[in-house]
Amino acid sequence: MKLDYLILALKNLRHRGIRSWLTLLGIFIGVTAVVSLMSLGAGLQAAVGAQFGVSSTQALTIQAGGLNSFGAPGSGVVNPLTRGDAIEIEKLSTVEFATPRNIETIKIEFNDKVVFGNALSINDRKEQEMYETMDLEATQGRMLQSGDFGKVIIGSSLADGGKNGFDEDIVPGKTILVQDKKFKVIGVLKKMGSFTIDGIVFMYDDDLNGLMNYGDDVDIIVVKVKDKDLMDKAVEEISKLLRERRGVKVGEEDFEISTPESMLETVNSILGGVQAFIIIIASISILVGAIGIVNTMTTSVLERRKEIGIMKAIGAKNSQVFMQFFFVSGMLGLMGGLVGVVLGTLIGVIGVMGINSFLGAELSPAIDFVLIGGTLIGSFVIGAVAGIVPAMNAAKQNPVEALRG
Amino acid sequence: MVEMEEAKKEVIRLRDVSKYYPMGDSVVKALNHLEFKVFAGEFVAIMGPSGSGKSTAMNLVGSLDMPTHGTIYLDDGDISELSESDLAQIRGRKIGFIFQSFNLIPNLTVKENVMLPMMFQGASIEDRTRRAEELLKLVELGDRMNHYPGEISGGQMQRVAIARSLANDPEVILADEPTGNLDTKTGAIVMEFLEKLNRQGKTVIMVTHDPDLAEKHADVIYWLKDGELEKVTKRVGKRFVDVTKKKKKEAKSNGEK
Repeated sequence: MKLDYLILALKNLRHRGIRSWLTLLGIFIGVTAVVSLMSLGAGLQAAVGAQFGVSSTQALTIQAGGLNSFGAPGSGVVNPLTRGDAIEIEKLSTVEFATPRNIETIKIEFNDKVVFGNALSINDRKEQEMYETMDLEATQGRMLQSGDFGKVIIGSSLADGGKNGFDEDIVPGKTILVQDKKFKVIGVLKKMGSFTIDGIVFMYDDDLNGLMNYGDDVDIIVVKVKDKDLMDKAVEEISKLLRERRGVKVGEEDFEISTPESMLETVNSILGGVQAFIIIIASISILVGAIGIVNTMTTSVLERRKEIGIMKAIGAKNSQVFMQFFFVSGMLGLMGGLVGVVLGTLIGVIGVMGINSFLGAELSPAIDFVLIGGTLIGSFVIGAVAGIVPAMNAAKQNPVEALRG
Repeated sequence: MVEMEEAKKEVIRLRDVSKYYPMGDSVVKALNHLEFKVFAGEFVAIMGPSGSGKSTAMNLVGSLDMPTHGTIYLDDGDISELSESDLAQIRGRKIGFIFQSFNLIPNLTVKENVMLPMMFQGASIEDRTRRAEELLKLVELGDRMNHYPGEISGGQMQRVAIARSLANDPEVILADEPTGNLDTKTGAIVMEFLEKLNRQGKTVIMVTHDPDLAEKHADVIYWLKDGELEKVTKRVGKRFVDVTKKKKKEAKSNGEK
């Protein structure tokens, strides 16, 4: 029997003007926002995560500067970390290895053009550790191996003539000038999805130090912990060690240890803020849509007053009149939801495709059928709830007065 | 013959029914002390000029409205004792309405319009479809079933309304000025269908302002004037005789009170 009302509702909707559809705008914008957000969600998280360099789960990153540091890692730090810190950290029981790293801004020349970029240091005989923690791989040529002084490997964007600013691909075998000194490119890295790493030049520490003269100072120490479960203990041990070495008290640390979790937390809190904002806007939009449905249904009850009278005359119970209006408004909500789901999913898919081509990632949009089903049911419910009062008004009409129109 | 007279079933009865409407500070007495009785198989007309209370009478007879005073019996049951929804259900089963302005639902097809009363009674879609098609063939609209009311003529619409009124096979057809919006020729066709239904045993109650129409088709005529029952006439052979008798007296004495 309920199906009959559904069919009647659909027939009624088919004969409605564009005015009714416009009231759905709110519902459909709201649903679009929610659904696109959800289907983008995982992609967004991966994209932002890649920018933060969240990769290996057992790696810690230590930076000097504490909470008040701004700018690029290690820049403008009064009391930098040192090579000695790294050596001492590596001696800790929870630590598998600790790699000091320097990042420098450099001038690169190629094809008679100059571009400024970043160079990252690799330590001799610690190459594998670095490749492992950063998940690096060469797609062309090969990685740097012990003794490859005077040679570099470069990030994927820097190699790409369309993106690097040199108007020419840099392939293994080519020579580039870094700080006016010649370096032979021997490998190109796979795309990582991070602006920094995809545009970077990797060279041996001795080479980079020779160019930049940073001496014993270290920008970052990357630490690999022996076991995932030892993470907290390692953070504790390293903090204690560094406090002693740098002579600072608990709570006044002028260095920062980031764990993958803490980075993910940062990423998630940023995303969470964005999501909360979108959800608030979506909620307001849906509320406006629901009020629109109340309005349309109220008008519709007035317009269909005569019909209500006819239906009552030919035997419709109050509940049967109620059901018709109830289903119509539910269907209105559902239509809004349907358009929103389709559009939202489309935006999600296009968005993820965009992220993929931008970052070279291979993410797929999170199309959750439970979520879609829930959204559709939800929009029906919103519509139906919005229609309750108008439908009750319809049901309460006196047949004689209603017949008069 | 006598036995048959006795076996005649009372379908609708109004006992001393009045309907008053409040109008500002005063009260409009739309209908005063109406006595009305319809037996199964009769063709009854409620006759009166506009303002005579015939529309009010038709709403009460059709149990669409409740009287201010008096009692209305539908199949021996007092309708004031029923809930609004129960009354709607009984109305849908026992009375088929035909309106002056056809009153079809514009966004449903002809067939769906005829199916609607059956839907309210909970009939299955198969039964509804089958019966609607039968009825539309009966009113010679078998070829218009999937048209919308806006696509057919007034006469055809009224025939659809007749088919719809028959949907739940009611005992009574209540027609309110069924030819009022039609020209003479199409009006005559509609009246022919009503006559035919009456011959097949349906009780027909017709509300009209046209005495010729009433006298041409009805067996009993209730003449209303200014909210009062003026007289009741009954067909005897080709003539109508006044059978008001004591009712008139009652009305008079009530009026003098």
